[in-house]
Amino acid sequence: MAALINVPAKARRGEIIEIRTLTSHIMETGFRHTADGALVPRDIITSFTCRYNGTEIFRADLFPAIAANPYLSFFTVAKESGKFEFEWIGDNGYSSSASASITVE
Amino acid sequence: MPTTRRQFLNLAGSVTFAGTIPIVTLRPLEATPAMLTAAIRNVVGEAPVRTGKVKLDIPPLVENGNTVPLTVSIASPMTADDYVKSIHVFNEKNPQPNIGNFYLSPSSGRAQVSTRIRLADTQKVVAIARLSDDTFWQVTTEIVVTLAACTEEMN
Repeated sequence: MAALINVPAKARRGEIIEIRTLTSHIMETGFRHTADGALVPRDIITSFTCRYNGTEIFRADLFPAIAANPYLSFFTVAKESGKFEFEWIGDNGYSSSASASITVE
Repeated sequence: MPTTRRQFLNLAGSVTFAGTIPIVTLRPLEATPAMLTAAIRNVVGEAPVRTGKVKLDIPPLVENGNTVPLTVSIASPMTADDYVKSIHVFNEKNPQPNIGNFYLSPSSGRAQVSTRIRLADTQKVVAIARLSDDTFWQVTTEIVVTLAACTEEMN
């Protein structure tokens, strides 16, 4: 699944950096009806996790009130060079992941 | 487990606090509908929720409730002994009161989270922060929505 990740490629040690993520997902609320009255079943991402060199640094529980194509922005302290791993988990066994690397000087 | 001095002081402190200004701590919750109150109680338990510290950036007038930018920030040093543990966002009139829970740590550096949300009606949005000393702080914002989200018909 397509995901857009925005992490600075380089940072100074100890710098606070912003991480922005966007993933494509319908985030169907489960509260909508089709024109003939049938309920559209819920299909959302329920959980997002970000790990920095294996350590969890940010986690979010998402609900139907999160807009389609969930966007999340958060901060972390650049401690060491390495990899950010992102994981989205949702209804109907949905799972997608992405990663980004950073060089810390 | 024996009660440590720290736990005892924490407990004594919170009892005194709740006892002296119960109106300030409880009124924001009572004024809102039952589902919202229940959802908030689910997160905070019996702890008092005080108003302040949390900043909620959201447009006051929204044309399209399907995607509303929202930023929650808390003035916190984010050190190992004084940081924001989590941020919880709720609404008053969507079919479900929860919007999102966000879990931070001292390594977050800055207590700020942004996302985009759906709003089904003109309503209140409540952001609650849990600090590392397990106190809860909240802010409430009223938002006017002209085109609702969530429950419209599918084409």
